[in-house]
Amino acid sequence: MATVNLIRAAAPQAVPPADDDAPLYEARRKIYPIAVRGTFRRIKWTLLVVTLGIYYLLPFVRWHRGPDAPSQAVLVDFPNSRFYFFFIEIWPQEIYYLTGLLILAALVLFLMNAVAGRVWCGYLCPQTVWTDLFQTIERLVEGDPRQRREKLKNASRTRRAFEAAAKHVLWLMVAWWTGGAWVLYFADAPTLVMQLIKGEAPVVAYVWIGILTATTYVLAGHMREQVCTYMCPWPRIQAALTDEYALNVTYRYDRGEPRGSFKKTEALRRQGLPGGDCVDCRQCVAACPTGVDIRQGLQLSCVQCGLCIDACDTVMKKIGRPAGLIAYDTEMNVQRRQHGEAPVYRLLRARTVLYAALIVLIGGLMAVVLATRGSEGLSVIHDRNPLFVQLSDGSIRNGYTLRLVNKLLVPRRFALSVEGVPEARLEVIGEAASPGADPVVSVGPDQTYEIRVLVSTAARLPAGASLPVAFRLTDVSGGETISVADHFKGP
Amino acid sequence: MADTHRHEIDAHSGVSTTGHEWDGIRELNNPLPRWWLWTFYACILWAVVYWLLFPAWPLVTGYTYGVLGWKSRDAIQTDLAQLRAQRAVFADKLAAANLPEIEQNPELLAFARAQGRAAFGDNCAPCHGSGAAGTKGYPNLNDDDWLWGGTLEQIHATIQHGARSADPDAHVGDMPAFGRDGMLPRADIVAAADYVRHLAGLPPAADAQIDKGQAVFAANCAACHGPEGKGNPELGAPNLTDPIWLYGSDRATLIQTISNGRAGLMPAWKGRLDDGTLKALTVYVHTLGGGQ
Repeated sequence: MATVNLIRAAAPQAVPPADDDAPLYEARRKIYPIAVRGTFRRIKWTLLVVTLGIYYLLPFVRWHRGPDAPSQAVLVDFPNSRFYFFFIEIWPQEIYYLTGLLILAALVLFLMNAVAGRVWCGYLCPQTVWTDLFQTIERLVEGDPRQRREKLKNASRTRRAFEAAAKHVLWLMVAWWTGGAWVLYFADAPTLVMQLIKGEAPVVAYVWIGILTATTYVLAGHMREQVCTYMCPWPRIQAALTDEYALNVTYRYDRGEPRGSFKKTEALRRQGLPGGDCVDCRQCVAACPTGVDIRQGLQLSCVQCGLCIDACDTVMKKIGRPAGLIAYDTEMNVQRRQHGEAPVYRLLRARTVLYAALIVLIGGLMAVVLATRGSEGLSVIHDRNPLFVQLSDGSIRNGYTLRLVNKLLVPRRFALSVEGVPEARLEVIGEAASPGADPVVSVGPDQTYEIRVLVSTAARLPAGASLPVAFRLTDVSGGETISVADHFKGP
Repeated sequence: MADTHRHEIDAHSGVSTTGHEWDGIRELNNPLPRWWLWTFYACILWAVVYWLLFPAWPLVTGYTYGVLGWKSRDAIQTDLAQLRAQRAVFADKLAAANLPEIEQNPELLAFARAQGRAAFGDNCAPCHGSGAAGTKGYPNLNDDDWLWGGTLEQIHATIQHGARSADPDAHVGDMPAFGRDGMLPRADIVAAADYVRHLAGLPPAADAQIDKGQAVFAANCAACHGPEGKGNPELGAPNLTDPIWLYGSDRATLIQTISNGRAGLMPAWKGRLDDGTLKALTVYVHTLGGGQ
């Protein structure tokens, strides 16, 4: 396998030095990537603006729900135990939608991985996006890596200290804004912003802004690619999900090797000897935000951001060689070209079709469940102590605690009835009884209401009786109905 | 001791040893990770600062109070005051409202039932049981048979003043000990017991003398229990015709009851619990299901 050999050949000497004073960990090599221009840089800019725009601004989007509900489009309302997402409202007991969402997210990751490798890592992962932003700030303040190196030699200490301070202040501002945007998802955003300005916001808001400012600053400013290489499990998982057809950022060594300077390779070519397109300018390495050399083949640290493609294409254009020396391709195709065979691209494969089908299936299932879920609920708890009560006229009474749920944003009235007990008398504590009619209970908008219900019967029950009963709740105006089973106990 | 071994180097790993040795196994002197050491120092610093700020060291007659003057007793008082303030919104309404108003207002009813349930568990459950189902000698408060009456006012009075308690307004009325005090001969007591079973519709004993019992009942029992045995809540005389019995309806128990009398005691709670809690308890007991 050529890739394996390439990786092996290029791997640093892994044999531990005999010296006992060797450090117990590998010292970190700081990475200052150069700025590049090109297709993938443009895609990354666009995604950065779109994703960060959504993240920072979404809390301010309004969505009118009426007087009894918040008018924030996306809101995690912990005090009232609700989650709002535009037209969807989730109650705590419906948290399984989150499970569905996580399953969908996992499958989409799988699909992305099967189609084009670590798309998530390279373009969408918050770690990548914020690191990209922080590196851009770093370049803006301290200059590109070459200027940096020169400054280290020539610039005054004061200037370097000033620039470093400016960089960290800017980083902290972005980090602080990131933490600030996070808390806005948990309260009415405009109100909270005003509270934060006046210093009147709840302590928990400041604490969370502090925590997220710290994590953003540390992870995107200082940890950077170490998060991807050492902390994140996804690089390990994705290795098990890929196959030979998955497109990956690939150095086409069939075209590039043997590498050499432009003059040298041109000279070789004039002599009719093989001369590769790679001029060994190392721009791909310089552009890499994780510091890998893509020419060593597919590797763990590579997040597949495509910036080396842009860096290489720029050089190829300058020296008049065709672009695409580094490109989204497969190891298999590189080998096929080497053997003079045509490359194979297969988007429709068992795994891509399966992932896509599962995404459609689960997405569809969730949509159907969400669209058809009931807007009312009922839960019943039978009294445990006492299980039944004997009354002075000899009849038997059972007590129940019922919780009525109204998920609509308007008040509703429900008629309550019980089935399964002969000659049943139904009484709701606190509700005036109207003879001959089912008791009617009002439940406020988007609320639950607990009532105590007494069911009694004068009928003779067999000894040790436990009759199955059903409580039925019917919306008086809408007609929606829900039924819950329980038991009626006798002596 | 350690000095003699300090420079001893473990041949296999090349690391110096601490000089500690157990059965030929020596401990390597690998340095701690830096983060671990700093965390350890930070913990020591934390402890010292804690000693200064908070109560920490026991002394002979007291303890070090700490600069902040924090006391767990004050903390619980603060929490309780906070809780009272939180409850005050409804507690004030509850104190101001009369009993029927509470039951008609769903919010107040829910609050009163919740508070009553908690207060019942703390104060009443030892005798009446956690579910208020009672036991022998302690009435079941779920049913509709009431010794001292089951209206809101009557329940309120019973809870406030108790029955046969030291409270001047307590319910009074004893079941006399007809046998022990020599008021009735044994045969009359047995006949009365059989007659009471007859009143309740329970199967008679083989040697029951219903007519004799009826005469004894009319002469001795009807004054309190009524001519038909329906009872009298003014006197705490139970209804003898229903299937609910405080001490039991078998012949032996009835003979014992008539012979030795009964005088169950319900303590007075006014003064021990505040008025709001008493109202909440009243509403809670009334809405258990048997309230009239």
